[in-house]
Amino acid sequence: MVILVWRIENVISNKFYDLTLRSFPLFQSNSFYICTQTKAMQKRLVLDQQQIEIILKRFCHQLIENHDTFENTVLLGLQPRGPIVLDKLVKLLEEISGIKVPSGYLDATFHRDDFRRRDFPLKANETKINFLIEGKKVILVDDVLYKGRSVRAAMDAMIAFGRPAKVELMVLVDRKFTRDYPIMPDYCGLKVNTLESQYVMVEWADNGYDKDAIWITEKA
Amino acid sequence: MSQLSTKHLLGIKDISTEDIQLIFETADNFKDVLNRPIKKVPSLRDITIANIFFENSTRTKLSFELAEKRLSADVVNFSSSNSSVKKGETLIDTVNNILSMKVDMVVMRHSSPGAPHFLSKNIKANIVNAGDGTHEHPTQALLDSFSIREKLGDVAGKKVAIIGDILHSRVAISNIFCLQKLGAEVMVCGPITLIPKHIASLGVKVEYDVQKALAWCDVANVLRIQLERQQIKYFPSLREYSLYYGVNKKMLDRLDKEIVIMHPGPINRGVELNSDVADSEHSIILNQVENGVAIRMAVLYLLAGVK
Repeated sequence: MVILVWRIENVISNKFYDLTLRSFPLFQSNSFYICTQTKAMQKRLVLDQQQIEIILKRFCHQLIENHDTFENTVLLGLQPRGPIVLDKLVKLLEEISGIKVPSGYLDATFHRDDFRRRDFPLKANETKINFLIEGKKVILVDDVLYKGRSVRAAMDAMIAFGRPAKVELMVLVDRKFTRDYPIMPDYCGLKVNTLESQYVMVEWADNGYDKDAIWITEKA
Repeated sequence: MSQLSTKHLLGIKDISTEDIQLIFETADNFKDVLNRPIKKVPSLRDITIANIFFENSTRTKLSFELAEKRLSADVVNFSSSNSSVKKGETLIDTVNNILSMKVDMVVMRHSSPGAPHFLSKNIKANIVNAGDGTHEHPTQALLDSFSIREKLGDVAGKKVAIIGDILHSRVAISNIFCLQKLGAEVMVCGPITLIPKHIASLGVKVEYDVQKALAWCDVANVLRIQLERQQIKYFPSLREYSLYYGVNKKMLDRLDKEIVIMHPGPINRGVELNSDVADSEHSIILNQVENGVAIRMAVLYLLAGVK
């Protein structure tokens, strides 16, 4: 019963169904709830805006604890979805510590191991690193850690900018039991159990969504 | 889309505007790679590319080879001067022999127009045309437009004058197609004998006075006189050509605006272009060479990336 109520809450929190309910009172029948339970199972909220904010604040405090004055530390957001997490983190870190940590975006498209294994090549994104990482402590930032292949490619791409002293990995969501490479995050927002058939969808208000939210959905 | 509409790059005429934009966007990323301390990416590490040059080349061959090596491809070079072609081997036999050594891509320059098209119909590997006679030189046109885009922000709406030996120039033909696809206005200028008869049917303006062409354009792409392709005399002497069609600093000073000077190389200094122009701040000739590697990396990456 608890599960059922939770699902209905999720249904209502979903903008589409919320609008549908308001626009068509006819759908506010039991039958509608029953038929949308399947839909709700396909899209499950794992982190809402407030939880994401708490996690980012936690990350900031963990970073301050581990990196002190950030004298030799740089942050790199992994394209295409890491930069948005990175920008939020850098802003928050500056508010909390007063320190603006050097940051950049790293694209690993040309270092991926699935070239010619896809139907067509992936489109590269901008790499924006205005500093050398030789001897620096680098923190790679991404939204979701899945197979670990992107992180491996990113580490490969990163070496082109110098030999770092240390590399750490920060992710908002760690998908457990899905790793292809022995890669683990040093800073993790939330660990989730997912199936191969599922997809972790990250929505940002900055990208036109109502609120920041992370969902688990079924792959199309 | 991150996929070209074609399996081969045979000419600019055959590709779409979207293809050109995709090549440019990818080249932007590769240009960034080329400015890193380590200028190499492993994308094409399991690909073997044969550079087959039946005609002389310095810049293009070097640029392709560098692009291939920056992408970590294995490279084999072939030039007709020291090969079995001299013993009477046909083009298709030569290439098939190279392909049986498990080559994935072929970059070819040939003196006969259409040679890469013929090859593409008969072999499985991806073909990149590095110049076929007086027909097309697609990567040169791409890097020229890419350099204009880099210098002026956009190609659309710009006026580009191509000055020199239009009749024998594959660079001119490919540039006309490429610039028009990107929305630029194109003018060709040169002695009447070196302008093809029906060139206006391609939608380009024709001008025989180089000063007027310079006054009209935002960009002047000056071409070399291709004496090696000229079987008959098209003008009395190089000195006279230089006098009437050579671009010098005085001509540029007479203009009430600054224009960009380009040249695909090799330059015959003092003939089509004077040193005071070629080495001036208006010239983006060396940027063209630098961009050539990024453009060729993009072309090879996009063609090789299809499963």
